[in-house]
Amino acid sequence: MAITAGSLEKYVEEYPEIQSTLPGQGLAWLEQLRQQSWVQFSTHGFPTIQEEDWRYTNVTPLIKKSFQSAVAKTVATSAPEALASYLIPDCWQVVIVDGHFSKTLSQLEGLPEDITVMALSDALTECPEKVASYLGKAVEKEGHGFIHYNTAWFSEGLFVSIAQNVKMKQPLQLIHIVSQENVATATRNIIIAEAGAEGVVIESYFGNQDQAYLTSSISEVFVAENAHLTLYKLQNEASKALHFSGIYSQQDRQSTFNYLDFSFGALIARNELHTSLGFASSCDLNGLFVAGGRQHIDNHTWIKHQQAHGSSRELFKGILDGRARGVFQGCVEVFEGAQKIDSEMHNHNLLLSDNAEIDTKPQLIIYADDVKCAHGVTVGQLEDASIFYLQSRSVSEEDARDMLTFAFANEMVDKIKVSSFKKYILALLLQKFPQGSIEQEWL
Amino acid sequence: MLSIKDLQVNVGDKPILKGISLEIKPGEVHAIMGPNGSGKSTLSHVLAGKEGYTITGGSIAIEGQDLAEMAPELRAREGLFLAFQYPVEIPGVSNIYLLKAALNAIRKHRGLSEVDALDFLTRVKEKIRLLGMDEKFLYRAVNQGFSGGEKKRNEILQMAVMEPKMCILDETDSGLDIDALQIVAAGVNSLRSENRSFLMITHYQRLLDYITPDVVHVLADGRIVKTGGPELALELEQKGYGWIGQVA
Repeated sequence: MAITAGSLEKYVEEYPEIQSTLPGQGLAWLEQLRQQSWVQFSTHGFPTIQEEDWRYTNVTPLIKKSFQSAVAKTVATSAPEALASYLIPDCWQVVIVDGHFSKTLSQLEGLPEDITVMALSDALTECPEKVASYLGKAVEKEGHGFIHYNTAWFSEGLFVSIAQNVKMKQPLQLIHIVSQENVATATRNIIIAEAGAEGVVIESYFGNQDQAYLTSSISEVFVAENAHLTLYKLQNEASKALHFSGIYSQQDRQSTFNYLDFSFGALIARNELHTSLGFASSCDLNGLFVAGGRQHIDNHTWIKHQQAHGSSRELFKGILDGRARGVFQGCVEVFEGAQKIDSEMHNHNLLLSDNAEIDTKPQLIIYADDVKCAHGVTVGQLEDASIFYLQSRSVSEEDARDMLTFAFANEMVDKIKVSSFKKYILALLLQKFPQGSIEQEWL
Repeated sequence: MLSIKDLQVNVGDKPILKGISLEIKPGEVHAIMGPNGSGKSTLSHVLAGKEGYTITGGSIAIEGQDLAEMAPELRAREGLFLAFQYPVEIPGVSNIYLLKAALNAIRKHRGLSEVDALDFLTRVKEKIRLLGMDEKFLYRAVNQGFSGGEKKRNEILQMAVMEPKMCILDETDSGLDIDALQIVAAGVNSLRSENRSFLMITHYQRLLDYITPDVVHVLADGRIVKTGGPELALELEQKGYGWIGQVA
């Protein structure tokens, strides 16, 4: 524990110096918010496995590492070599490198005036009142070490606001890149769909090959009355990266929030996905996590039906190979008086090796008496009968395994409504599960 | 085409096939009939290379090539096809994808280039009409939610596309109503040629009304106890399998 305390101290001690470099200087409300979060973080540190919500994920490696905060505002002017391979065609793009916005690498040409897309640091200068009414609001009732850390330390983020009744014509891709070894990045995204608005945002996270670093990203999502927001997330971090992400969404009446997560990278990854639903609103939350080697991917979801007549659908699928460990903790909570809720939660897992592990914990907390809530979990392996059947049709055993694994994953790919993103994900999956010369057929 | 010599097979320690010999020449259609538990399905599984069986003696060869040590996919690429008694459902893999994967694996094995997408589709659609199937089947997951008859037709469709030399039909008639049986039989008959051989494994004579075999074998307790012409099947249908024991 000595190491833990020592490294935590380092984060805490460096803060006063770092604070003066963070965006939003001179905004009293923000300074106060950051100060409170810093105090919380100084007192409690990062979450530990003693906390029920964190019992499957040990973040000690992060504390031992003592990464350097990415604070020096070095705006990347030249593109990281791999940037081109991160771009999803037919999207507007915002690029954040090492925790800082790069205007030159971003591409927002043709963005209509009624859709605001800017760096959070710019939003704090240009429309601080608007930011003040959203920042911190979706995470108000949450509160663990990573949220406190993120609120105190965030150096940048994406600010998106789709005006009332406006429909985005193409998706917006956030490209979050960490290019340096041993840095800790903290970013905060604010995504707002005003009443009746519709939009699609793709958050994507990348890093350099096998470098170690920390990504801490929090998105606060606000879906107003009758608005429809789709959020995709791709986590394809470097192999030694630590990735802690939280998506916290607030849905007003009759809104819909669709979420689809693809987690492929990082050594340790934690995805939190919490949504609070208002009257007659609905959400569809989905995820695919694929891990091998010694990877650890933890999904923590929480659907809060606060008012009546809502519906929720959730499906997370895991594919685990090697000594990888996956976690699914899914909770559906129906508040008192929230009648006529219709909810389904599923988690299906495929274990490809004897040493892979999945911990799955679906949970229902129901305080209303007229609701329909179902949940189901499966854990299985590839079936010998299926492999033999494919072999008897000329497919090699290895290809048969890849084909069946790919097929298991493909259900999630089929849920992608943006064709360029779908192709992108398919290509990534085919790298993982190649099937000889047939591959192009999927694309 | 297919040469089986004194084949002996165990499941665990238990002998199931106790010395089977069979010679099928190109273009010939053979039927193997026998009561439940006689070893019919074991024979089809061993020929296709399914795990869980130990060959303790004898040999199996296709066109002189030893099959025993060959992986199932290599047997398939060499032209052996098994139409399953219980076709497996493969969620997430579409029929058309599997057909193309199968065909291309065979072509690659023979040193041919990949099939042209358009040619392939034309070819498949031709075959699918032959089997009275809707084109929609191509885009559905392999066998998933198919009725018994649809699954069997799908097996024949795969056979038609893969164009094997040696076709083994394992209880293809089971679970088929009379209409489906006729369609399946017509599909098989259209594939008969002087270079393609068939081995039909069946419990009942019914299928043989529509696909006339050249030779009929009777399998009982792991051995072929009688071989004859198509008339042998009729005799079995009338007398049942009870008299076989006396012959053996």
